[in-house]
Amino acid sequence: MTVPAETDSWEMVVGLEVHCELATTTKLFCGCRNAFGDEPNVNVCPVCLGLPGSLPVLNEHAVELAMRIGEALHCEIRPSTFARKNYFYPDQAKDYQISQYDQPLNAAGWLELPDGFRVGITRAHMEEDTGKLTHVGESGRIHSAMHALVDYNRSGVPLVEIVSEPDIRSAANARAYAAELRGILVATGASDGRMEEGSMRVDANVSVRQAGSTEFGTRCEIKNLNSLRSLGRAIEYEAARQIALLEGGGVVEQETRHWDESAGRTESLRSKEEANDYRYFPEPDLVPLAPDAAWRGRVRAGLGPMPAERRAALGAALGGSPTDAEADQIRAVVDLGLDGLVTAAVDEGAPAGLALARAANEVAAQAEGAAGLPAGSFAALLSMEAGGQLSATQSKAVLGALLERGGGDPAALAKEMGFEALGSDTLGTVLDEIIAANLDEWGRFCEGEDKLQGFFTGEVMKATKGKANGKEVAAELRRRRG
Amino acid sequence: MSPDAPDAESRAPLSREDVVYVARLARLDLSDEEVERFTAQLRTVLDHAADVAALDLSHLAPSSHPIVLENVLRPDEPRPSLDRDEVLAGAPAVEDHRFRVPRIVGEAP
Amino acid sequence: MSSAVSVSDDVRSGRRPARAVAEQALAAVGAGDGELRAFLTVLADEALRQADEVDATVAAGRDPGPLAGVPVALKDNLCTRGVATSCGSRILEGWRPPYDATVVTALRGAGAVTLGKTNMDEFAMGSSTENSAFGPTRNPRDRGKVPGGSSGGSAAAVAAGFTPLALGSDTGGSIRQPAALCGVVGMKPTYGRISRYGLVAFASSLDQIGPFATTVEDAALLFDVLAGHDPLDSTSLPSEPEPTRPGVHEGAEGVRVGLCRDLVDDCAPDVVARVHDAAEALAKAGAKVQEISVPEFRYGLSAYYLIAPAEASSNLARYDGVRYGLRVEAGDSAAMNTATRTAGFGSEVKRRIMLGTYALSAGYYDAYYAQAQRVRTLVMQAFDRAYASVDVLLGATAPTTAFDLGSKVDDPMAMYMNDVCTIPSNLAGHPAISVPFGTGDDGLPVGVQVLAPALGEATMFRVAQAVEAHAPVGPTEEAGW
Repeated sequence: MTVPAETDSWEMVVGLEVHCELATTTKLFCGCRNAFGDEPNVNVCPVCLGLPGSLPVLNEHAVELAMRIGEALHCEIRPSTFARKNYFYPDQAKDYQISQYDQPLNAAGWLELPDGFRVGITRAHMEEDTGKLTHVGESGRIHSAMHALVDYNRSGVPLVEIVSEPDIRSAANARAYAAELRGILVATGASDGRMEEGSMRVDANVSVRQAGSTEFGTRCEIKNLNSLRSLGRAIEYEAARQIALLEGGGVVEQETRHWDESAGRTESLRSKEEANDYRYFPEPDLVPLAPDAAWRGRVRAGLGPMPAERRAALGAALGGSPTDAEADQIRAVVDLGLDGLVTAAVDEGAPAGLALARAANEVAAQAEGAAGLPAGSFAALLSMEAGGQLSATQSKAVLGALLERGGGDPAALAKEMGFEALGSDTLGTVLDEIIAANLDEWGRFCEGEDKLQGFFTGEVMKATKGKANGKEVAAELRRRRG
Repeated sequence: MSPDAPDAESRAPLSREDVVYVARLARLDLSDEEVERFTAQLRTVLDHAADVAALDLSHLAPSSHPIVLENVLRPDEPRPSLDRDEVLAGAPAVEDHRFRVPRIVGEAP
Repeated sequence: MSSAVSVSDDVRSGRRPARAVAEQALAAVGAGDGELRAFLTVLADEALRQADEVDATVAAGRDPGPLAGVPVALKDNLCTRGVATSCGSRILEGWRPPYDATVVTALRGAGAVTLGKTNMDEFAMGSSTENSAFGPTRNPRDRGKVPGGSSGGSAAAVAAGFTPLALGSDTGGSIRQPAALCGVVGMKPTYGRISRYGLVAFASSLDQIGPFATTVEDAALLFDVLAGHDPLDSTSLPSEPEPTRPGVHEGAEGVRVGLCRDLVDDCAPDVVARVHDAAEALAKAGAKVQEISVPEFRYGLSAYYLIAPAEASSNLARYDGVRYGLRVEAGDSAAMNTATRTAGFGSEVKRRIMLGTYALSAGYYDAYYAQAQRVRTLVMQAFDRAYASVDVLLGATAPTTAFDLGSKVDDPMAMYMNDVCTIPSNLAGHPAISVPFGTGDDGLPVGVQVLAPALGEATMFRVAQAVEAHAPVGPTEEAGW
């Protein structure tokens, strides 16, 4: 289905619900390990299995991380209580989930997108995760399954659910929100933010209305969004679906819909069961959570710079007013946590633009090795390149080696790889030989066939095995031509 | 059934339909005879509770606990998990070291 | 009848082997329990093994602990690793927990010998033990009568002389009422004083584990072993408890006792008479007895029968045939849940689950559940006002003596009325104890109840012991400990 252009008549209204797995060592209410990928049912105990007689006890570090998220999203951190959300499902070990209902830990915050648009954050509360289901049948999808298998390793893993206000008005902004939120979650240390692995799960609530209206249309919840790209596509699709429905005289039903990535559409999940009555009530096995001013203060003081602040700092290091291309590079560098490397290299004398470009491209491509790359080595390498001792090609090669080996001395590496700088004498001699061997081409070049510069540069490169500096060669050719 | 929120005076007495709805929520199957009997019995209990429902206690906060404790926390340190074999030995059905259940109709809420 | 205190003294000193004590207990059970059905599981081999260990410890010159060699029976809703824990229900018939309740670990650490698991109303819902899926327990004082409930098996085991000590659980009176009906001591501690970890939950904000014994001092001994903070229970009180047993014989001189009309007046006349007798006895012992009225207590029954089922409906959702216990297969998981629960739960449990689900459901939450929680606040405040002028309250435990088996099973409301005197303490989280005091017109035991403010166990035990010291001597089972 094609997406109608944003006409004057319709606008989409989007709110996002993000579930974020917290990077704790143990689960929310018990001492079982919070680990991904272990053998099934090895990280379980009476509490997270819901055995009769078990009781929950709250993980202090999970609270710390939840508070950091609240702080980073400019929320009020409030006295809070836990509640039971009652429903039957095989992955829910107690057939109720311990969550927070009418008194969440964090509320009334906001998140600013890179373009300056602010999205309100209604709440960010704590709750426990469910176990994992495997449907056994033809396709592995629930509809054709014959039976299912449950692994409770994930049961009880701490989650923070972040609910935005329905302030978003485009799929692009929804993506920007999710990307910015992910950066914030990683920056706080609360999560590794991996959508594809499920440590960050995004559901979208989408409705449409006539532009200029203040009433909300009926919304649908879209689930199964496993990437930012799916998020954008699904929102576009759903908005268009609803618009087409309404324009055709139909009515949007409030329901949950599943995004089918391969088919490129949302599908209704309406089952024959009635809507759930969760019968929320205060969790009697837990006591209220009211972090005191001292703890809130420590969280606030300990929060490092968020992505927005780091992008601004990087932009300033570049001398302000980055171009669009540079802005993209800045975003990529901060997203990967490489901004520290860049600013440190600039402090050590590396040219800022070059440091940014290399970080956004070459370092990003081998980001695992970045941790072992000292800013000083990075800076030294870039200085060698800027000073003409290494060509761009050679510089990238040395950088690749530094990243692979997790560090090293750029000058020594350059020598090892045979990238010694070419002396200007050597260049002169080599050029003499090449011109002598290609007199015809030289003649044409001198008469103005500029494109032969490439030919001669190539020949010089071949003869020097890439050691020559392209700019120097070009300069020398032009000088000789006169 | 549409569980709207009637106030104390106008609330309808517990009906058969209420009992059927609530049994379904609780995953209990009742025979017709049980529905009749339970409706009558529950109505008696709720009638008895009418004295409480009618009290004006708006000046009091509900107490979900008889104790006043706050911020009970534990350190983020691992404790031994259960032995998987012992856990699965008590399970009604096991496959591939997982708990096996009949097919599930409907996505999780 | 020998007490737990004297058994422990004898075993620790080497005067008596723990093995002999265990053998005697097992023999008594073997001889007498066929008719009573106090026990669902008897741990013969395990008890003897534990007793031998205690004897070895004594022989090595070490102290096995304050309960050395003392047999203790455990209500079947206490998790015992590797030992069937059914909660009186088909849905958990034969289920063996992979872990021990904290109290079970504490008992073993004190040198006790776990004798077996006792019968109970299914999931602790009931006042007669007739709701057990495995048949009722009979009152040792009169085989045609109920022992009370839900901890009827534990009460009967002590009353029959099978064991000097037992553990039960009390949510609305389930220790105190059977203690009264069987003529033994039964006590519920301050909420949070004894860990609930490993107690299969019925109503989480009301449940507490507590001791049954033949004497107040024995109950204090067992209480002292179990009381204390548990990091596995978030509702566990953080403070370290003071031992109560040392002061148990201090007497009631000068203690202000409030004879609470609302815990007496509506009871059967013979019960009323015994409570007044107990009040007189306390006055003679030097206590300052006055009458007091706490009318708010009368709302407790209704509030309880909304709060407890509501919490229970949620606590019992986990019995779905997926991870443990009974499963009745069906075509899909939801149908399997329904078939399992329908087959596995008895009528009373189903009744309370539905009542609780209704009280929590959309549209009814505020009028029922939230309102009941406001009544809880009301009752707590009423207690606080009462304790401004008195130190303890005195009342009846149960409104009548033990009733006939089968006489109230068809009338849930009549059954629920058994809890009127005990419920207020559960709502407020306060300690209370039932002490045998004479008999009713039918010769069956009557229990009087002493209530104290939160963390007031020491005073409560002292006054209870004074009541006990002045109790009319009645017929007791000779166990020959």
